[in-house]
Amino acid sequence: MQDEPTPSELTRAVADFLRNDIAPLISGHNAFKLRVAINALDLVTRQLTLEREGDAAETARLAALLGCEGSLLELNQVLAERLASGDVDLQTPGLSEHLWQTTMDKLAVDQPNYAAYKREMGRT
Amino acid sequence: MIEAELTRCVVAWCPGATGVTAAAKLSGGASQETWSFDIVHPDGDIGAILRRAPKGYGAAPSRAAGLDNEAVLMRLAFEAGVPSPRVLHVLQPEDDLGTGFIMARIAGETIARKILRDAQYVAARPLLARQLGAIAAGIHGLPRDKWPALREMTATRELAEIEREYRSFNWPRPVFDLALRWLRDHDPGPPEAVTLVHGDFRHGNLIIGPDGVRAVLDWELAHTGDPMEDLGWICVNSWRFGEIDKPVGGFGTREDLFAGYEAAGRKVDPARVMFWEVMGTLRWGVMCCGMMQRFRLGPDHSMERAMIGRRASETEIDLLRLLAPREP
Repeated sequence: MQDEPTPSELTRAVADFLRNDIAPLISGHNAFKLRVAINALDLVTRQLTLEREGDAAETARLAALLGCEGSLLELNQVLAERLASGDVDLQTPGLSEHLWQTTMDKLAVDQPNYAAYKREMGRT
Repeated sequence: MIEAELTRCVVAWCPGATGVTAAAKLSGGASQETWSFDIVHPDGDIGAILRRAPKGYGAAPSRAAGLDNEAVLMRLAFEAGVPSPRVLHVLQPEDDLGTGFIMARIAGETIARKILRDAQYVAARPLLARQLGAIAAGIHGLPRDKWPALREMTATRELAEIEREYRSFNWPRPVFDLALRWLRDHDPGPPEAVTLVHGDFRHGNLIIGPDGVRAVLDWELAHTGDPMEDLGWICVNSWRFGEIDKPVGGFGTREDLFAGYEAAGRKVDPARVMFWEVMGTLRWGVMCCGMMQRFRLGPDHSMERAMIGRRASETEIDLLRLLAPREP
């Protein structure tokens, strides 16, 4: 068992240090790069926080939708193949809801400030 | 150092020029650079831009039109009244500057967030969509007998290229498969008339002033094909920068874009525009994944490239909003 603090507590502390103490001291292209770095750390923190639950739900949805078992990567490969071949499409019960939920879970980690995501969040 | 080469170059073709000053690199990739500089002239300095492939980087990527063709297209557009910088000089081997061309520098803004938010563009914003419709019509009307040799693209070929690239990543993205399938099922076939297509008609390649559109830049991806491609590409949500209810670049409506296009004497096919908007959204998503690949395989091991890979999911939500909208 690894000890505390957790990875997300560490990434959050580093991001806060860079944001609050370092960013005000830096300008020009390095300020831009620092913003990207802070964004990357914030993304990692969100992923560490949200990934486990999102992946478990996605795996369960895929298993039900496809009627087979496998790792999350394998199940996504099967879904991709069936969509490409036309075996499943938007008429398939549960497909649209699955793609929406999976995509919303990705955006919650990748880009929670993306305007289209915020709009869709406001609908539910 | 480049100022010495530029001075030798400009005094050879610009009568009265005595030298150059204020040379600064604006952007530079591995194969292409853009420089800003001033030509020193007794009647007043002339703002200029050099766009070149440095020596040893002659070969353009397969999609690129090539710098010589870009110069031909910009001259053609300028002569036809499409807002475009005047091409001053096409580089020759004796210039010792690589391949490319020098054009007049046009004052204005290309950064989308400034154009969409700064107060000085408040009067311009409502005009832009209609102006861009007219400009696209001008580009699509450029006479065929003057086109340089360009790649001919069809929807079918573009789709095959995007699919090949997506498959090469070997990483499943079911929303991309859904979009590929939709595009295959809705391929509109060849257009009524094949025209010149700018190929990258969007923010970043448009110089905007407080008075509206001042110039169209960057013909690197120009090709021949379906003119509706340019109208679809400028509607892709990725170029709205948060202003998602204004489909044209975050500043205007499709109706204004189409009205400007048709007032200039060309016909819009809205279903084809929608097809190309879906294609463009997927294309940008695949390009984001490609950046991630280049980050992983090197040599450009930068955070920026890596983080662009995490923007591909933005195009997935945009594709779902287009193809599987939820009930209101």
